[in-house]
Amino acid sequence: MGYPYSHDLEVGTLLSRHLGDEKARTLAGWKELGGYASLPKALEMDPDAITEVVKESGLRGRGGAGFPTGVKWSFMPKEPNGPHYLCCNADESEPGAFKDREILRWVPHLLIEGCLIAARAIRAEHVYIYVRGEFFPFSGIVRDAVVEAYEGGYVGEDILGSGWNCDVTVHLGAGAYIAGEETGLMSSLMGGRAEPWIKPPFPAQSGVFGRPTTVNNVETLAAVPMIVAEGADWYRQWGTEKSPGTKLWCCSGHLQRPGTYELPLGVNLSDVIYEVCGGDPNGKKIKAVIPGGSSTAILTADELDCSGCYEGLAEAGSALGTASPIVMNEDTNIVQAMRRVAQFYAHESCGQCVQCREGTSWTAKILQRIEEGDGTFEDLDTLYHLCEQMTGRTICPLADSVVFPLRSSLDKFRDEYEALIER
Amino acid sequence: MTRPLHPAAASAQPFQVADLRPTERLFEDPEGQDRLEKVVSRYPEKRAALLPMLGYAQERNGWISDENMAEIAGALELTPAYVRSVATFYTMYNRHPVGRHLIQVCTCISCHLNEGQEVFEQFLSETGTRAGEISEDGRYTVIEAECLGACGFATAVQVNDRYFENVTPDKVPAILDELD
Repeated sequence: MGYPYSHDLEVGTLLSRHLGDEKARTLAGWKELGGYASLPKALEMDPDAITEVVKESGLRGRGGAGFPTGVKWSFMPKEPNGPHYLCCNADESEPGAFKDREILRWVPHLLIEGCLIAARAIRAEHVYIYVRGEFFPFSGIVRDAVVEAYEGGYVGEDILGSGWNCDVTVHLGAGAYIAGEETGLMSSLMGGRAEPWIKPPFPAQSGVFGRPTTVNNVETLAAVPMIVAEGADWYRQWGTEKSPGTKLWCCSGHLQRPGTYELPLGVNLSDVIYEVCGGDPNGKKIKAVIPGGSSTAILTADELDCSGCYEGLAEAGSALGTASPIVMNEDTNIVQAMRRVAQFYAHESCGQCVQCREGTSWTAKILQRIEEGDGTFEDLDTLYHLCEQMTGRTICPLADSVVFPLRSSLDKFRDEYEALIER
Repeated sequence: MTRPLHPAAASAQPFQVADLRPTERLFEDPEGQDRLEKVVSRYPEKRAALLPMLGYAQERNGWISDENMAEIAGALELTPAYVRSVATFYTMYNRHPVGRHLIQVCTCISCHLNEGQEVFEQFLSETGTRAGEISEDGRYTVIEAECLGACGFATAVQVNDRYFENVTPDKVPAILDELD
């Protein structure tokens, strides 16, 4: 169940069942809890059969984009003419998102098992778990678990006597949000600046070290063992047709019970905010929610009655993203909040594309000016113009990511911007 | 006796720590050679060892000097200019010495909504520093951080390789007391 709080609406699959239980961190403890039960089964399966089960389950990428995982795996060559790689994206740094770190620090062996099964499916010989640098306490737990897994025969040569070899290396980033973008991650892993590249080539054709590569998010990989063990139909008992399964929701901001909860996809967003998380800690009214992490469009309090799944939040004009609602109460200065969001993107832009490098920093400067009472109505037009220029024109979606919250806040909270300008 | 470092763990050592083991030359002692060999063994290309080795320089010295970068460049068959271009891209690599305790206060959106800015200012006033400077006794450097990935535990503060969570301004003195 969730961490640090639980709620009746939660589903307690393997994904969240042992969050908060230190026993799960060690190999012996994890085995006692029933861990590493799926790997032997996967080792007996044909790699393509593993991919097929994951495809049928409808599991979608939990890093924000929601691309079907099994389909992604099926892009990998079936007959390798050299090494394949799996990169586990543990560079969690989207403001609002803190779900992967709960997996990293509580159930590291679940992640390792998921990595191995995925590696088996895509015929990878080496898994790189790329963890954001700041996460020292959590990457340390994963690192120690990997060493234990080597010693226990779960990783390395002739895994569990199957004759199959697969290495796992934990690799630390060093403070760059853009390393969470899959091509940025691979640039960084190869010893470069974390600069994204234009696709094609797609990672499955030419990824890290120029070899076929799959990049999957931590939560995606952690869901794989139970899907392989229990089957696609079992996984589809939760969620909607287009968004099957459960999802770790990590909720922050003005909430009575912030934290991570495992909820079925399709859960009503307002239930997540009010029922599960208890609304504002002081009983204040909620003004707005950014539902999927900072790079998704803002919703007003009146728009929260919607289905918390990929298609439901798209219909509501936003996105599920990483399912990381950031909740703001009635006292929140929306312009100030947007300025803070824009500053993040300005800081994290890799600088390759002019639209992003200049757009994000000017957005932050203009918002600051408005916040301080020095803004003009023309500034609002300039912000809309910047939104236009930053959409769909860059190598990666970082610039678009600031546009979603910014433009929606200009549309929905224009009165707050105008009030500051008129002051 | 400590166990030898497992190669799978060689690229995952904390590189912002209070207990430094300063060295002018990184790869002239057995520990440095061991780290280099183990890290390099994990990748098909030497260049991939660059971030782990930059981290290693900082783990030893607390920051990364031009001399360290040149040495790493030599070991990995890269140019010093290339190494610098990578080192300066990443915010966690210190290009100058910092205090014994690098205090990073998250002021990004979720922490901003939960007194992040006030916590940051409290750290500055308690340590008597301005952002980024080293306190007179050499103990502290306080900076603002972008999202630390602990949004449900706002305000999040990172001190070297540790996290402090649910920090409010009134908890700042106790945190400073706890740091040696």
